[in-house]
Amino acid sequence: MTNLNMRLSCPMPKLDFDRITLGHGGGGTLTNQLLENGVFKLFKNDLLDTHHDGAIIDIQGPLAFTTDSFVVSPIFFPGGDIGDLAVNGTVNDLAMCGAQPKYLSLSFILEEGLLMEEFWDILLSIKNASEQAGVQIVTGDTKVVEHGKGDKIYINTTGVGSIYENAQISMDRVKEGDAVIVSDAIATHGISIMSVREGLEFESDIQSDTRPGIHLDEKMIPIEEQVKGACEMLGLDPLYVANEGILISIVDTEQAEEIVENLRTHSFCSRAAIIGKVVSEHPRQVVIRSGIGGRRVVNMMVGQQLPRIC
Amino acid sequence: MKFLTEYRDEALAQKYLHKINEIVTQSWNIMEVCGGQTHSLVKNGIIDLLPDQVNMIHGPGCPVCVTPIHIIDKAIYLAEEKDVILCSFGDMLRVPGSKRSLLDAKADGADIRILYSPLEAVSLAQANPDKEVVFFAVGFETTAPANALSVIQAHQMKVENYSILTSHVLVPPAIAAVMNDEESKIDAFLAAGHVCTIMGISEYGPLVDAFKIPIVVTGFEPIDLLQGIFMVVTQLENGQVSLENQYSRVVRTDGNQKAVKMIEEVFEIQNRVWRGIGEIPLSGYEVRSKYQNYDANKRFDVNITSAEENSDCIAGQVLKGIKKPIECPQFGKKCKPEFPLGAPMVSSEGACAAYYHFHQASAVLEPAT
Repeated sequence: MTNLNMRLSCPMPKLDFDRITLGHGGGGTLTNQLLENGVFKLFKNDLLDTHHDGAIIDIQGPLAFTTDSFVVSPIFFPGGDIGDLAVNGTVNDLAMCGAQPKYLSLSFILEEGLLMEEFWDILLSIKNASEQAGVQIVTGDTKVVEHGKGDKIYINTTGVGSIYENAQISMDRVKEGDAVIVSDAIATHGISIMSVREGLEFESDIQSDTRPGIHLDEKMIPIEEQVKGACEMLGLDPLYVANEGILISIVDTEQAEEIVENLRTHSFCSRAAIIGKVVSEHPRQVVIRSGIGGRRVVNMMVGQQLPRIC
Repeated sequence: MKFLTEYRDEALAQKYLHKINEIVTQSWNIMEVCGGQTHSLVKNGIIDLLPDQVNMIHGPGCPVCVTPIHIIDKAIYLAEEKDVILCSFGDMLRVPGSKRSLLDAKADGADIRILYSPLEAVSLAQANPDKEVVFFAVGFETTAPANALSVIQAHQMKVENYSILTSHVLVPPAIAAVMNDEESKIDAFLAAGHVCTIMGISEYGPLVDAFKIPIVVTGFEPIDLLQGIFMVVTQLENGQVSLENQYSRVVRTDGNQKAVKMIEEVFEIQNRVWRGIGEIPLSGYEVRSKYQNYDANKRFDVNITSAEENSDCIAGQVLKGIKKPIECPQFGKKCKPEFPLGAPMVSSEGACAAYYHFHQASAVLEPAT
């Protein structure tokens, strides 16, 4: 289980049940017990403590507002769990809008039978991740569905953040000659989840959502050796494997080197690299120079990646 | 990565391209048999780096593509039976049957599982004794040993709720069928390295002699393919006709005898219908009667023996190398990976999919949003 250190200082409260039951989502005493002894205690802050129907927040200036749902299976995987993913995913989306993440809502759909201990571990992960990101959880909801009608736990988080003063992150500003930067090695997240999973589902992250063309260089794209090996073995294209927490930015070429150097000082971005540039030759196409000097198109993925026969 | 990086080396690739350029004096049509090779050629941009005289023609070696439409219908029918769990390799799921695909059936509630190995299906059968577990055993000689092993294992462990729905095809009869086609214009073949890893290379000598064509057993990495093409062009330019093995780091002359024995234990060779191509004599494996309890065709009484193909699809001509995917009037129009007319558009070894996804000149742009 995750969060061993955290658990030592933050033991699971006595909740009378080893498992989540339908009653924990019913709005009665069991729900109340779960909230009072668990959620409210753990995420304590002024806004949440009002126990109102919603949070009343006061932010000046332009806001970023986003939502995301998390249905990952298994819920615990190497390097994290569904809890920190639910916080980081929404926090990342706010950051990508040029915002300082401020507040999150937190909604659970729990499957009857979920181990209370697992739920507690996920709550601790959420607490950890939100503290690291400097966001407060200010409102939420808990529902329980019958056994067999969910997959242990689904989480939705909605976030608001205030836009940084000079932030202007927009596809409209992309111009010919700009550099394409990736913040760290790709595909690690997707492969780490797959390594402990029976069935397979994927999210697509690469999009050719641009007017000018983009030219990438395969050799420059950072990827861990073992991730590369897993992709080779499973017949997956690492460009299409999930990349939670990795960002692609398109920046003025004159500042590109400096940005990469700055990124590399951050522990999560040690392999940041310039991987390509914006070009006018092939409008709206992403073209990659293959390792041997050939060219191919990087198209949008259709549906999910399915492992091949041989 | 060892055994990978060195076969993707740019300088070496350029060297082979240079050598091919130096020796080629006229046009040659070379068929790479395997869809995995097709994808490597297109994905690495090799088809556009080769001199114009070297015309790569994409062959029928895509097991997903040649699985007959009625067998897909049968798989869908079985998957929708109440107590059946149908297991399949992933890239079978999007292939269109006569009305729907397995992915459609899955969305409609059929219990369909994507697995990496048939042995997982045997474990699944053990874990679900009240269900019938059917593995959709599709492939060339490459996947046959694992599928055979699953039957042997189920038999030994007395797992009685496991069976396989086979669509197993063989490479050498397909090469003969391509050469016997009147429209065929093939001068030489790159044989599929993985298939020869199992079967060895002895079956290919008689084909070289019968059709007077060079065959080079070739691997899948860019350098493998370039070296294989160089070897073939060298033979053609010198007027030689022989069998060579480029993939000797993996392929032994007599193959993997242990694997061949497993295949022979479970399967026997019979006539097979290939989707888009038709019946090819002695071109596939069927489960021997000794193991008929593990043969889904015998175990379940499903009377689906034929089904209509979409008349707009020219997959057969593509699979025989008579037409390139982009010569199909429906390529990227009526036929796209989201709504395919035929299997080559959705298989990870299909030639149409390779062109659609990777080939810059052929790639179809979605309308601007």
